[in-house]
Amino acid sequence: MIEKETTSTFNKSTGLPRKRFYRARAHSNPLSDSHFPVPLSPSQFDYSLHYPQLFPASSDDDNPKRIQFADIGCGFGGLLVALSTLFPDKLMIGMEIRDKVTEYVKERISALRTTNPSQYQNISVVRTNSMKYIPNYFEKGQLMKMFFLFPDPHFKEKNHRRRVISPHLLDEYAYTLAVGGIIYTITDVEELGEWMKGCLENHPMFEALTEEELENDPVVKLLTSATEEGQKVARNGGQTFQAIYRRIAPSL
Amino acid sequence: MGDAQMEEGDNPREIEVAPALIAVHPAQRSVAVAVGSDLRVYDLTGDCPVSLVDDSAKPFHSDSIRAIRYGASGKLLVSAGDDKLVKIWSTDSWLCIGSVCCEKRVSSVAVSNDGLFVCFADKFGVVWVVSSKENVENQALPDKKAAPILAHYCSIITSLEFSPDGRFIVSADRDYKIRVTVVPKNPLDGAHEIQTFCLGHSEYVSCLDFIHSPDYPHGLLVSGSGDSTVRLWDVTSGSLLDTCEIGAKAELSVTDGLEEEPCHAITDLCTCSNGTSIALAVQSLKGIMLLNCNPSAKTLSIAKVVLIEGETLIPTSLGTSLSEGLLWMVTGISKLQGFNHSSLARVRAVSLPEDNGQDAEPVLLRDDEIPGGQKLLERLQGSVSIGNDVFLAAAEALKTAMRSLLIKKQYSAEKREFRKRTRNDRKLKN
Repeated sequence: MIEKETTSTFNKSTGLPRKRFYRARAHSNPLSDSHFPVPLSPSQFDYSLHYPQLFPASSDDDNPKRIQFADIGCGFGGLLVALSTLFPDKLMIGMEIRDKVTEYVKERISALRTTNPSQYQNISVVRTNSMKYIPNYFEKGQLMKMFFLFPDPHFKEKNHRRRVISPHLLDEYAYTLAVGGIIYTITDVEELGEWMKGCLENHPMFEALTEEELENDPVVKLLTSATEEGQKVARNGGQTFQAIYRRIAPSL
Repeated sequence: MGDAQMEEGDNPREIEVAPALIAVHPAQRSVAVAVGSDLRVYDLTGDCPVSLVDDSAKPFHSDSIRAIRYGASGKLLVSAGDDKLVKIWSTDSWLCIGSVCCEKRVSSVAVSNDGLFVCFADKFGVVWVVSSKENVENQALPDKKAAPILAHYCSIITSLEFSPDGRFIVSADRDYKIRVTVVPKNPLDGAHEIQTFCLGHSEYVSCLDFIHSPDYPHGLLVSGSGDSTVRLWDVTSGSLLDTCEIGAKAELSVTDGLEEEPCHAITDLCTCSNGTSIALAVQSLKGIMLLNCNPSAKTLSIAKVVLIEGETLIPTSLGTSLSEGLLWMVTGISKLQGFNHSSLARVRAVSLPEDNGQDAEPVLLRDDEIPGGQKLLERLQGSVSIGNDVFLAAAEALKTAMRSLLIKKQYSAEKREFRKRTRNDRKLKN
């Protein structure tokens, strides 16, 4: 392949990375044990690596801030970028299992930080398998918001256990969310939408948000508009199915 | 680049070997040993071997047993394994009073402290619960249905334990994690409330046990791992109280140069009836290691190494009662490739001092000193006499089996590309 000047991976005018150089298969096997470093425990997670401006020194215990929003399966980072300016004082992270896509998001955040000084310092991305390692990154009750936007539907029944929302995994998400924290899910696949809603409805530690609460939450609109996947669905005139629930204390 | 074609553990025709297991009745009324699919029990009160009776549709076990356990009250004995069956035996009548089918192979079992529930975990990380209430007439019950209570996502669960006060159930997996979950009023509905995770091990967690201490009703949790450490945890907060590195001390007692680098992974551990001793079975150690736990200081320290003189015995499983100060151990294997024997096992016992005073030494009992004596050994070991070389080969085979089961395979970049060759999107290229 001949290297030409126009095949630069970054767009010269916006400074942002070009998606076509970071294309990857849409699916990645969540059962495979890929080789990415996982912190042994949440205290070992290096905040200075991800949020250098807010956590200058490597062993800085002075900043008590911790990540409060997590986008599970963040894809190309659309939601993170939109949330960053909406909640500038909250720390957020995207978790993505695909290598190339994680690289893209890293470059995107880096470019945004350069072209918009002192903005976008509160978002980052990490390559990991969130179905196995969420307890390694977050302490009990650390998160206030968790996002599961357009997850892999895993249509075949034998693959249902690979779904990121499942009765068993909800135990772990309930552990990670603080009481009052919110879990946002959306999909364009009706069967998956019903499945996720069913799992959340049947779980003793989640209750549905009321219509009024949904209307007053500025984040809800972003579920469809902020991500590439959501925009694609809107372009094709597709329907989306949401299930947004609050973490509650279990009844005794 | 070397041979990328064949790899260790890729051969599907490799015989799967299973280690021998031992369990002791809480009041030492009987001792059970599992070797392969064979469950052997010796009744110490009646001083006679036990004949188990099983009238269920699938009697006894047809494949390697992977877990055996007595309930805390001693009324039940549970066995489960690769045949995807969990069997509940009454220790009064020695009848099989319950037989549960599991979808996957079972890797671990536990009995709730009140004896009402039996929990078992499969190789895909799901923990199931089944009611073990006995039938009034003590007859065998029809196949029971189990309900899933919790899951570690796609990870082999290596150990299950209930905390001494029955409030928590602890599960350990091969992804270095230990999960502490609150036991709900009705376990059949699922255990959804996670109390905490005990994170810190850097390799698979192989075994768990609780130190019973009056100051800590929840108990202090002890865990052993493939990372050659034993750790002490506070089960309510998940905080790591102390870590004990086994590697250094075990170096002094390592087997004579069989492997390139000796492995000090913890195979099994067992808290002893004196309340402070912890016995360890370590890979490559021809004997056991005793640790001392100080519950008020919340520390662990290496106390002694007890070597088994005169024979090659690397224990595969340890067991003890709640009352007698005897530590039982077994070494053995289900089938060994290249040897005529269908299975082999060797049982020994160590008498532990009541308190951990400096003068009191643990004593390795001779065959004639062991409770049940020759009759017990004949029953539990089988009648074959085994040579040292066979036990050494067995230890090697078991080590390889444990590694391939619990340690993630590391592939070089070339090997990974080679392994992806059957992927459809790869086939289109070139």
